[in-house]
Amino acid sequence: MSAMSATSGTSAPPQYAIAAEGLRKRYGETRAADGVSFEVENGEFYGILGPNGAGKTTTMELVEGLREPDEGRATLLGIPSWPRKPALLRRIGVQLQASSFFERLTAHEQIHTFAALYDVPPDRADAMLETVGLTEKAGTREDRLSGGQAQRLSIACALVHDPELVFLDEPTTGLDPQARRNLWDLLRHINGEGRTVVLTTHSMDEAEALCDRVAVMDHGRVLKVGAPRALMAEAGVDNLEDVFLQLTGREYRE
Amino acid sequence: MSTTEARRARRTRAFASLSLAMTRGLLRDRAAVFFTLLFPLMFLLLFGALFKDDSSEPAHLVQVGDVKMLDSLPEGERAGLREVLEITKTDGSRAARDEALEKLRKGDTDAVVHQGDGPGALVLRFSAADQVRSATIRGVLDSVVQHANQRATGQPPAYRLTAGQVEDESTKPIQFLTPGLLGWAVAMSGVFGSAFNLVSWRRKRLLRRLWLAPVGAGSVIGARVGVTLATAMVQTALFLGVAVTPYYGLRLSGSWWLCVPLVLCGTLAFLSIGLLVGSFAKTEESANGLSQIVILPMAFLSGSFFPLEAAPQWVRTVSEFLPLKHLATAMQDVLSRGEGWGAALPVMGGLLAFAAVMTLIASRLFRWDAA
Ligand SMILES: Nc1ncnc2c1ncn2[C@@H]1O[C@H](COP(=O)(O)OP(=O)(O)OP(=O)(O)O)[C@@H](O)[C@H]1O
Ligand SMILES: [Mg+2]
Repeated sequence: MSAMSATSGTSAPPQYAIAAEGLRKRYGETRAADGVSFEVENGEFYGILGPNGAGKTTTMELVEGLREPDEGRATLLGIPSWPRKPALLRRIGVQLQASSFFERLTAHEQIHTFAALYDVPPDRADAMLETVGLTEKAGTREDRLSGGQAQRLSIACALVHDPELVFLDEPTTGLDPQARRNLWDLLRHINGEGRTVVLTTHSMDEAEALCDRVAVMDHGRVLKVGAPRALMAEAGVDNLEDVFLQLTGREYRE
Repeated sequence: MSTTEARRARRTRAFASLSLAMTRGLLRDRAAVFFTLLFPLMFLLLFGALFKDDSSEPAHLVQVGDVKMLDSLPEGERAGLREVLEITKTDGSRAARDEALEKLRKGDTDAVVHQGDGPGALVLRFSAADQVRSATIRGVLDSVVQHANQRATGQPPAYRLTAGQVEDESTKPIQFLTPGLLGWAVAMSGVFGSAFNLVSWRRKRLLRRLWLAPVGAGSVIGARVGVTLATAMVQTALFLGVAVTPYYGLRLSGSWWLCVPLVLCGTLAFLSIGLLVGSFAKTEESANGLSQIVILPMAFLSGSFFPLEAAPQWVRTVSEFLPLKHLATAMQDVLSRGEGWGAALPVMGGLLAFAAVMTLIASRLFRWDAA
């Protein structure tokens, strides 16, 4: 909370937490992002949906400033995310789709290293480990954590510094039902504190349960944006999965 | 003012935690510990023992039967002789002489002496296997004979030669092995360690994760520099610790401590090669291969394993361009040849300049991401 009030103290807060305008990224022949534009309000819980290869991860990485867009730009909290700015990076938290840890370090050492990189006190790191239910696994090395445990550690590292804006790329993939519910509670809680959360997911009930608005993507483009209820009403169906299938087609894709 | 201080404190903490994470990762990698610390040390232990300078041990001489001149030596001269010559006396039989010559052929003794025809004749047989020792024995016996002649004729010698060995003018093997192998060791950990670390962190996507954390490339590289310099200091301590033991017998001269800044500068030079390799290589395997391609020829051409005095001219010309050669030579100078800043400073400057150029190239090729 203190971080929030500090940033909105003197000047008026930017209108949007995220504003993406015409983002394009091409890998050879593949147009991974093909003119993506969207806005996320301050304090909003935003979901990005789409089939495999739709360009969700690419879009997130362009917005985060991890990759340079071929065209277009993204501003986070009113600041362009490219080129990289440490002052901005302090205010955002990122969990990447593939987890990445310091080699041969334990869960405890990982989160404490990240805590030091973001200059937050060590007890905050321990508390975060507790929050994601990894206290018992604190002494386990990164390569000996289960898939879901690694996922939880990666989320803990993304949240350790109380970011104002959180990006989570498929955070609940690989989590057991309890851990999934616990993470939902955690995300609702931090969103309730006024922080903006953006996540991608393949779980429609997750999007329905958590998101204020979702963007459905395919082929590097945003097909539709809206609140889950509004999208369902518009399509005349009673669940988000049918909306998704209507928009993106039913066939298997390569 | 307080914000700059706070920023500096933050940066220090980030740097310290990255260094700690790197050190822990390194120490928990048994293979890495073995290859950076123990493997090169094994070479020193082995080469040091193999090429050990054993000329200080007395040469061995078998005396077959009575030899008038040796038997009648005054006690004082006999004691002096015993320091350089260990004489075993056998009986004068034909069989004993054959046995002694057989021993000589097998290298079990260095020379055989027996009475020749007539009371004044002395026959010395020696092997050509160890020419240094044969020469020593010939020289010693020659002077014994001359002394005996003087005694017999009662003439004082017209000329007298006083010879004294000048320590460390000639190169004892341990003197070039220690700096050479230590240079090779810091080159290995500098090039390998940093190249492998960079590629591995990139491949495991840790670099892109760090890209999204508020740390600069400087902190990441800086942590690697710190860890590599610390490793080099441990290597230096281990190598010198082993080399100065009486068994290996390296004697340190005046400004030997100058090897510390020399090793630090050398490590920076090798680290910059590692950064270049690590920026260029895409996989851990290619980082390994490329590092080997750089290190092994450089070590041989720089005379890390054997001295270059006997090498062809072109090898010596090539070696002039290799940082390891200059590091090893300068270390040899300050460690045991009694040289000081004059020998160390130009080399340190050269190594730092080399490091700067390579780092500049590496930074142009640096990628946070494998894609
Ligand atoms: N580094 C890369 N190099 C080449 N092509 C890439 C790269 N990253 C992504 N792509 C391509 O871009 C397209 C979009 O990929 P992206 O990872 O954004 O999809 P996604 O929506 O996140 O999929 P998923 O649901 O499987 O995570 C894919 O066709 C992929 O093959
Ligand atoms: Mg993805």
